[in-house]
Amino acid sequence: MTVKELMDKQIFHVVNAGEDEERQVTGVFCCDLLSIAMGRAPADGAWVTVMGNVNTIAVATLADVSCVIMAEGAALDEVARARAKEQGVTVLATEEPVFEAALKVHQELHG
Amino acid sequence: MAELYYDLHIHSCLSPCGDDDMTPANIVGMSVIKGLDVIAVTDHNSCKNCPAVLAAAEEYGILAIPGMEINTSEEVHAVCLFEELKAAMEFDAYVYERLIPFPNKEEVFGKQQIYDGADQVCGIVPNLLINATDISFDGLWELVRGYGGIMFPAHVDKTANSLITNLGFVPPDSRFVTAEVKDLGKLHKLRKENPYLEGCRIISNSDAHYLEHIHEPELTLHVEEKSVRAVLEALLNGAAG
Repeated sequence: MTVKELMDKQIFHVVNAGEDEERQVTGVFCCDLLSIAMGRAPADGAWVTVMGNVNTIAVATLADVSCVIMAEGAALDEVARARAKEQGVTVLATEEPVFEAALKVHQELHG
Repeated sequence: MAELYYDLHIHSCLSPCGDDDMTPANIVGMSVIKGLDVIAVTDHNSCKNCPAVLAAAEEYGILAIPGMEINTSEEVHAVCLFEELKAAMEFDAYVYERLIPFPNKEEVFGKQQIYDGADQVCGIVPNLLINATDISFDGLWELVRGYGGIMFPAHVDKTANSLITNLGFVPPDSRFVTAEVKDLGKLHKLRKENPYLEGCRIISNSDAHYLEHIHEPELTLHVEEKSVRAVLEALLNGAAG
C-alpha cells in the first residue's frame, strides 16, 4: 500500500501530504517517547504517536518512516507543521486512540 | 530589594534546534538591548555554552545564571539553574554520561556548537542533545540541589515534553516550588486541575530558540538584591516569596 492509497481511504485527515505519496507503507509502529522511536521505528513504517512536537518531524526523517499518524486528536504545533511541510514528511491525523489507529493501518496492510 | 526583568529559559546554538545566530554574545547583547536584568541560557542537556555566556554577561553588565534544560527519562523537560559555574559544569558532565548515546545528525536536527569567550566556535557536541537521559524526574530536585542548584519543570502547560502532559499529573511527592508556564492565561485552569501548583511560584520564560523571541522586559522577579544567589533564593521560596 502506498502513502497515497492510505490517504485515499479517508480513514485519516491529511495534515501534510508530504513529498512522496508513492512510497510504500510496510508496517506500523506505536510510540510516544522520541528517544525510543528514533532508534526503533522501522523505515517505511507508519508511526502512530500523540507527540506533536517539531522533534517528531526530525525523528520521522531520521527513522525514514513513510508517514506520521497523530492519534487521539493530538495536533502538530505550528513549528512542527511548518517543518513537516519543509521536509516533505507525510502527516495524517485521527481522533481515534493509538491502538485503533494502528489497527486500521494493519488491517489495510494485512486484511 | 530589587525587581528584576528576567528570562530564565533561553536556548543557544548549542541546542540543535537553536538558531545558529543564538551565539552567547548575541544572546547577551539582545537581552541587554531589550532591557532584561537577568537571563539564563539553558540548552538541552548541556551547560557547555555557559562559560561563554557568563563571560559575555560580565562584559555587558547583565546577570547570567548558568543553567540547563534537562530531558528526563520520562521526556519531561525541566530547567536547572546553578549558583556556581563550576557546579553547573560538573552537573553537565554527570548528565552527558547519562544521555542516550545517539550521534547527532546535523542535517536533520541542527548544529550543536560550543562557543568560547571571544564568540568563536570552539567545538561541537557529538551526541544528540535533545535526547532523553536516564535521569528520572523523580529525585531530580534532590540531584540538582546536590550541585547547589534549583530545578523547575518547564512549560507545564505545553502538550509536549511537559511534566503534566508526560506524567499525567504532578507527582504528589514532588518538591519543586517554582513552575514555568508558557501561557499565563492558562494558569487559573492549570491550578484548578493541579492544586500542587498553588504552592508554587509561577514564572514564564521565552524558551527562545531565535534572538527575536527572547522576552521583552515585562515580567519581574522580586529579589533581595541583584545577584545569582538572590534569584535562586527567590525561586526557592516558592509562592511564599
